[in-house]
Amino acid sequence: MDRQDTLIDRLARHGVTRRAFLKYCATLASLMALPPAAARAMAEALAKAERPSVIWLSFQECTGCTESLTRSHTHGVEALILESLSLDYHHTLQAASGEAAERAREAAMKRHAGRYLLVVDGSIPVKDGGVYSTFAGISNLDLLLEAARDAAAVVAVGTCAAFGGLPAAKPNPTGAVPVAEIVRDKPLINVPGCPPIPEVITGVLAHWLVFRTPPALDRLGRPRAFYGDTVHDHCYRLPFYFQGKYAKSFDDEGARKGWCLYELGCKGPVTRNACARMKWNGATSFPVESGHGCLGCSEPGFWDAGGFYRPMS
Amino acid sequence: MSAPRQRVVVDPVTRIEGHLRIEAETDAEGRITRAYSAGTMVRGIELILQGRDPRDAWAYTQRICGVCTLVHGIASVRAVEAALGIAIPPNAQLIRNLMIAAQHVHDHVMHFYHLHALDWVDVVSALKADPGRTAELARSVSKWPKSTPGHFADMQRRLKGFVESGQLGIFANGYWGHPGYRLPPEANLMAVAHYIEALAWQRDVVKLHAVFGGKNPHPNLVVGGVPCAVSLEAEPRGRGPGFRGGRPATALDADGLQTVREAIRSMREFVDEVYLPDALAIAAHYKDWFRQGEGVGNFLCFGDFPGAGGMRIPAGAILDRDLATVHPVDLEAEGEIQEFVAHAWYAYRDGKERGLHPYRGETEFAYTGPRPPYEHLDVERDYSWIKSPRWKGRPMEVGPLARVLLLYARGHESARALVDASLRRLGLPLEALYSTMGRTAARALETKLFADAMPGWLDALTANIEAGDLRTFEERRWDPTTWPKRARGAGFMEAPRGALAHWVAIEDGRIAGYQTVVPSTWNAGPRDAAGREGPYEAALKGHRLADAKRPLEILRTIHSFDPCIACAVHVLDTEGGERVRVQA
Ligand code: SF4
Repeated sequence: MDRQDTLIDRLARHGVTRRAFLKYCATLASLMALPPAAARAMAEALAKAERPSVIWLSFQECTGCTESLTRSHTHGVEALILESLSLDYHHTLQAASGEAAERAREAAMKRHAGRYLLVVDGSIPVKDGGVYSTFAGISNLDLLLEAARDAAAVVAVGTCAAFGGLPAAKPNPTGAVPVAEIVRDKPLINVPGCPPIPEVITGVLAHWLVFRTPPALDRLGRPRAFYGDTVHDHCYRLPFYFQGKYAKSFDDEGARKGWCLYELGCKGPVTRNACARMKWNGATSFPVESGHGCLGCSEPGFWDAGGFYRPMS
Repeated sequence: MSAPRQRVVVDPVTRIEGHLRIEAETDAEGRITRAYSAGTMVRGIELILQGRDPRDAWAYTQRICGVCTLVHGIASVRAVEAALGIAIPPNAQLIRNLMIAAQHVHDHVMHFYHLHALDWVDVVSALKADPGRTAELARSVSKWPKSTPGHFADMQRRLKGFVESGQLGIFANGYWGHPGYRLPPEANLMAVAHYIEALAWQRDVVKLHAVFGGKNPHPNLVVGGVPCAVSLEAEPRGRGPGFRGGRPATALDADGLQTVREAIRSMREFVDEVYLPDALAIAAHYKDWFRQGEGVGNFLCFGDFPGAGGMRIPAGAILDRDLATVHPVDLEAEGEIQEFVAHAWYAYRDGKERGLHPYRGETEFAYTGPRPPYEHLDVERDYSWIKSPRWKGRPMEVGPLARVLLLYARGHESARALVDASLRRLGLPLEALYSTMGRTAARALETKLFADAMPGWLDALTANIEAGDLRTFEERRWDPTTWPKRARGAGFMEAPRGALAHWVAIEDGRIAGYQTVVPSTWNAGPRDAAGREGPYEAALKGHRLADAKRPLEILRTIHSFDPCIACAVHVLDTEGGERVRVQA
């Protein structure tokens, strides 16, 4: 670490009061289902933390995951960028281009070898020698292997990186695979969603910042705190589901009264994600609240699951 | 390569969406003589669409891009509606207009501050600024309430702490101190402060998308209208299983409309008081950039914002800067829009020299480039995953500049007034728009036009609802059994980066072919069979690089187009099944 400067100092400069900061820690602790005492421990750990280096690589993706990161309301990305993480490589956000960008990445990887967090969005096309996606003339596969080698852990952000996502949907023209099929010897955290909920991405990063270990994961490598329950479990339309009151069209009486969207194809009952609980964009809404069934976008293979408007049988 | 020439490679071009590589040849003076634009990532989304339910297509195509996260969804539902002859209700039209305009405003502001500004703004120089004088400067261009010495001093302190920490993060290795940076320290500090403020602003204004579409990025849409029904009152849910307290029926109620109104207010305020003044203030220091970076001089729009009166982007083509003649454009005409693959990694059945209309589009991967890792592409042969679309054989620029010129040529009053007043302030003629900075200025100007149109659409929507018209969705033709055996149609819109269209062919209720021709394909595509460059390639020609190792000039012009490469690279096939072959 280059200077003695705590996160509290940095946040104070950023106009974030100690109280607001503690509140953030409490929110995060409760989101991640940690015991209340953890909030204080987190606050202390966060306050002392040096900025861990994050290398963010983008492969076959649409930049929706990065856009989602910037929408986080609990932990503004400007604070994240400036105060708590050192985002040392991110090709959508960084100033440097071309060779200068590649040199910045190599320097960070060297300096923080064994300690940096590798974040990946997008799938990796492995067919035909990786010609379907390169940058700086290097295939995604080679770049991922190189960057993973000295990473402390890897976070696969978005359904493409976590499970293959859209590029891997049938017929998978480019041989797209998820990170898990390539990186097998590092702790891997899957954060699926198309894109993931902004606060879930920043929550996972903040957890890393505090504990330097992955949170509790389920068998698909997803943090249980966010992916433990289904959308349906927490859906505000659940009473109508039980009463058998279903919207049959997007603009019928049921739709206007907020009845259950099951018959319009909602995949909430089989989708593990926190949309109904945390909601989106400053808790403004979530897909069901805005009248559209859940697409199931955080589940493996959801693109090939038979159609978004076909009711589950 | 012949001896005295130098090859400059920028890969990855950062601060864009997607994977773009630029190779440029320079002469002995460091002037670019030829430039090559290469998209280096492909997913094959149109191949993936084959055989699926056309009503689902919007969700797949929306994932072409998460930055302009709405636009492919809109073009897709419009294509399917065109194919099936569905007319959507007026409320749905108004809601889509609001969502599209919000996309433009959000996208353009983020592009300016987070993707483009650092080409003009030297972050390190901001450390030398005097906060008091910065506040004076800021107040001389707008009445933004945050422009106080204390605020700028604060921003400077944060920046300083950041720089001194030795961990520069995303600012590491920028071309700081490059002789091309010409803003005074105070202007740099003002822009850096707004870079940070814009990050916070943008996540609030996307609430408009969240109300109508449930989330952003990737809000939901539906063929036939919009998914969110208007709810005037929630039905009591009763305290049975699953009860979680009182909640609205849908997000589109009185509170939701208030959220939308507030988002629009905030957008207009930020555009009027921060974005537009900053863009013009920065432009004033770089007037030489109003004289270079033109591109091809041909401009194309498909038009958008349907509905009665008010803001409406016209469709049409302008050739060779001739604003007196606006040519009509027909998306269905075989001879108008065609895609070429002469220098792209695809094969066509009847040879690589032909151009194909989207309804006849073909897809066959045919990678002939070097095996990665590689140093250089073979630019004499094929060098990109991006195709080369042409209109009546010509390369066309699409995007903000094309739209502003079209509006100007068509005599749109507020557009003319805004353009004239802004150019007058800068002391520049209309021709100055045909340039790198002209493109950047046009983007800021159209943002204001779109933001100003939004309250009118919201008022119309609220008036309809108050008058009892709640319709947001057209039920007829939702059920595939009501569809003709075969149908096809084109859906179009103006995306932030320019004219966008999707072509769909439906057979027996399934997608038989799907094609997208996308803004960044028009702008970023490689040479065609006749050797004509695409707009990026043409615009870079003649740029003189002050320092070939730090090609800031290339970034300026490329970023002025706001590249979206995931969009630009697409794979299509409207006629047959998938045919994938790799020859490398
Ligand atoms: S709308 Fe979807 S998630 Fe909500 S109760 Fe119905 S089926 Fe479950």
